Amino acid sequence: MINVSRTDTSMVGAWWWTVDRWLLAALAALIFVGCVLGLAASPAVATRIGASSMHFVERQIVFLVPAVLVMFAMSLLAPEVIRRVALVLLPLFVLMMVLTLFMGVEVKGAHRWLYLGGLSVQPSEFVKPLFAVVAGWLFAEQKAGRGVPGYLLSTVAYAVIIGILFRQPDIGMAIVVTAVWLVQFFIAGLPIILVLIGAALAVGGLAGAYTLLPHVAARIDKFMGDGKENYQVERAMEAFAAGGVFGRGPGEGSVKSVLPDAHTDFIFAVAGEEFGMWLCLVIIGLFAFVVLRGFARLLTENNLFVLIAGAGLLTQFGLQAVINIGVNLHLLPTKGMTLPFISYGGSSLLALALGMGMMLALTRRRPESGGPA
Amino acid sequence: MIGRFRKPKPKPTCTPADISARPSLVKLDGRMKEAVETGRGRLVFGGMLFAGVFVVLVGRLAWLTVPASLVSEPSMARGDGGSARGFAPAMERRTITDRNGTMIATNLRMASLYADTRQIGNPDETANRLLTVLPDLPREELVGRLGSGKSFVWLKRNLTPRQQYEINRLGLPGLMFQDEERRLYPLGPLAVHVVGYTDIDRRGISGIEQTLDEELRDTAKAGEPLELALDLRVQHALRDEIGRSVEYFDAIGGGGLVLDINTGEVLGLVSLPDFDPIRPGTASDEARFNRITLGVYEMGSTMKTINTAMVLENGNAKINSSYDASRPIVVGRFTIKDDHAKNRWLTVPEIYKYSSNIGSAKMAVEAGPAVQRAFLDRLGLLKKAQIELPEVGAPLVPRNWKTVETMTISFGHGLSISPLQLGVATAAIANGGILRPATLLKRPEGVAVPGTRVVRPDVSDLMRKLMYLVVDEGTGKQAAVDGYLVGGKTGTSEKVGAHGGYMRKKLMTSFVGVFPLNKPRYLVIGVLDEPKGRKETYGFATAGWNSAPTVGRVISRIAPILGVEPVDDNSPQVQQVMSLGVHAPQSEKKIASN
Repeated sequence: MINVSRTDTSMVGAWWWTVDRWLLAALAALIFVGCVLGLAASPAVATRIGASSMHFVERQIVFLVPAVLVMFAMSLLAPEVIRRVALVLLPLFVLMMVLTLFMGVEVKGAHRWLYLGGLSVQPSEFVKPLFAVVAGWLFAEQKAGRGVPGYLLSTVAYAVIIGILFRQPDIGMAIVVTAVWLVQFFIAGLPIILVLIGAALAVGGLAGAYTLLPHVAARIDKFMGDGKENYQVERAMEAFAAGGVFGRGPGEGSVKSVLPDAHTDFIFAVAGEEFGMWLCLVIIGLFAFVVLRGFARLLTENNLFVLIAGAGLLTQFGLQAVINIGVNLHLLPTKGMTLPFISYGGSSLLALALGMGMMLALTRRRPESGGPA
Repeated sequence: MIGRFRKPKPKPTCTPADISARPSLVKLDGRMKEAVETGRGRLVFGGMLFAGVFVVLVGRLAWLTVPASLVSEPSMARGDGGSARGFAPAMERRTITDRNGTMIATNLRMASLYADTRQIGNPDETANRLLTVLPDLPREELVGRLGSGKSFVWLKRNLTPRQQYEINRLGLPGLMFQDEERRLYPLGPLAVHVVGYTDIDRRGISGIEQTLDEELRDTAKAGEPLELALDLRVQHALRDEIGRSVEYFDAIGGGGLVLDINTGEVLGLVSLPDFDPIRPGTASDEARFNRITLGVYEMGSTMKTINTAMVLENGNAKINSSYDASRPIVVGRFTIKDDHAKNRWLTVPEIYKYSSNIGSAKMAVEAGPAVQRAFLDRLGLLKKAQIELPEVGAPLVPRNWKTVETMTISFGHGLSISPLQLGVATAAIANGGILRPATLLKRPEGVAVPGTRVVRPDVSDLMRKLMYLVVDEGTGKQAAVDGYLVGGKTGTSEKVGAHGGYMRKKLMTSFVGVFPLNKPRYLVIGVLDEPKGRKETYGFATAGWNSAPTVGRVISRIAPILGVEPVDDNSPQVQQVMSLGVHAPQSEKKIASN
């Protein structure tokens, strides 16, 4: 047990007594499961592409240390500081996103990555949580009635980010950003009629993406055509069936040796094969816990900015998990989406740590946060 | 444990003093509070939505994993997912059997050898050692493959257990086995033109294997064989007799078909030469060609069955009408002659019996091109035959269908159709007048097979008697079988040469037989491609001398197999039933028997 005196008024002491330790524990558990599954899945992928077997594991650990630090550091900050940090960082990463269009590295037909000092960075991963915070602030400002046109400004920012995402193109990311922004707008009190119009527009957008963007159309067609066409999904289905309730046993899986994305998009299927349904249930349970516990904490919140920004961050986190697991379980068409904290990916890990650090900061008990005592 | 943290009571956001000093704040605070309330309400809604989605994910996960765990052996069989059946190896392609359940096509689990060449240090040495077990592999190609650096290259598919054992004993790194199922046809070429074959990856690329590929791969039906209409006993007798005749008459090929005329089921289908479906690559184009369904031919006089039925159905002629066949018909540059010329007036039965081209042409002209075209269309002779095979030939229909074409089509020239089409059309004329498409799949017993009426029952009745006449005393005498009432029609046509024009010496002979006429049930076609005359046939190579006796022998073999009860064909009752009630002059009979 960590002994921190309740009268400890230092920054860390105050943090320990005010942060939601249940959320903290759930996130730590996710990171731990991620490490275990990384060890299970990524050596097979690494050897297949000719790297040393521990290539992805080593890189993930290299990113894990700064990620944990970032998360901790962010969670120390007060909501106002979080807001300022987001306001400073968001334009920076949006600028980097613009740069990817001109000097980005093309991977599988898309320009999403920048090489910075030997590291490849996907700026859009960072834009997601930062924009959630900024949008939360803008929506809250609109309500505060201090003359800041929050709705307008957030719409403009949203349009800019979506525009760049479509140019990269990165439709999966665009869908998440859009969904999060709409959820925040909804919580900020968007009139119900506009909510319905928004839903119609979302359906229209999807239809538009289907008709205008061939690679999206191809994905959806594959999914609709009884799904058997998609190699990775088909293998994933076999993996779950082979794993059953208790799994084939750690290291006994075979799906990881044939799936190109076993360590990223399809790591959930690897978990299903090697550890079985129970670990998958644990993973789903952890994600559900984080999202719902976070929401519950926000319900006692009196600060509209904290409420909207926190909800945005949790929605982003939960939505990504839902989409990834949905694809693995063949409930959704294949969409490159990582499983937060579990899939391999440096940018993704750091960005998630940033987002969840901010979330932890926003859900800390503060004297002014209100709610039942 | 750490006690639950109790936070201090929230401070009021503004004091009464503030309110009085800055009235605008009251409004703001109220609005803010309202917004927070709305936000909380909607957050609860979002949370419920999320919870619902997570429940769906859990449900789907259980759906995918739990059924698989209930099976004792974890199954990784492809596509077998949750439906693995105990310990029985999952058949990835359904077995094919004949109508009696005898196996025609099945799968055998065999190991195939592949290499992960990244694990192979010395391709040369690996190749040399591997060649000691598999000496047939081409060495240079093998070395090339082993040195390709790829993670997966096939080396040899479908090894015997002994070969697999020997290769394992070599202990070479990088060589691996994958279990595969090989499609096998234990009966070899027997039914190859019906069943077809698959490629090495077990995809159907010919015959039923191709047409019903999806059906055969249907994992929901795995373990349940696909039953064909074919009767292998019939198929064997048919192939045996056709093959014997092809050899005996030195024909370049032949074909046979046995149909159940009441259901359209194909009990036998043979096209010779044929080949072993396990090695389709070594088969010649000629052997792969299905003469019964893909080949279209001018079928010659067997078409007179259809022509006669047409004029009787249409009322252009009665059974005792007669036509002047005393001299050939000259139309433009064509002259229509009779092969067995009588040079006198002939009745309808005589025209059919002696296979008079002149009489047939005159009958057809009375009906006219429009009626003929409509009738042939109704019998399905102007479009591709309907059958579960990819190898189906489209008929060659004259573009200009005038009186001349009507005349030539009446005796089987100017229109090319497949023997299958002829069989289906003749079956309809013989079975009481109902056309039913042919099928290679077993029909459920006791279920009436739908069809379309093409001729009246009385016309069908007359036609059967006419067919009997042909076998009893006409060109088809050699098709007669003791104890069974057989009717039929011969057909001999000259083949069209590569540069057009008929080749006098290259014949296509056919016989379409129906039996037993007292209870019509089966139709048998025998076709010979370019049979030669023999001393025993006095040099004749026409259908009556080769196809007709072939079909006769087929019937004598399959009738007992099919459970057809024999009758005394010379008994007065039978003669009575088969009598046309038309009295031909006594003198005619003499000529016929000459």
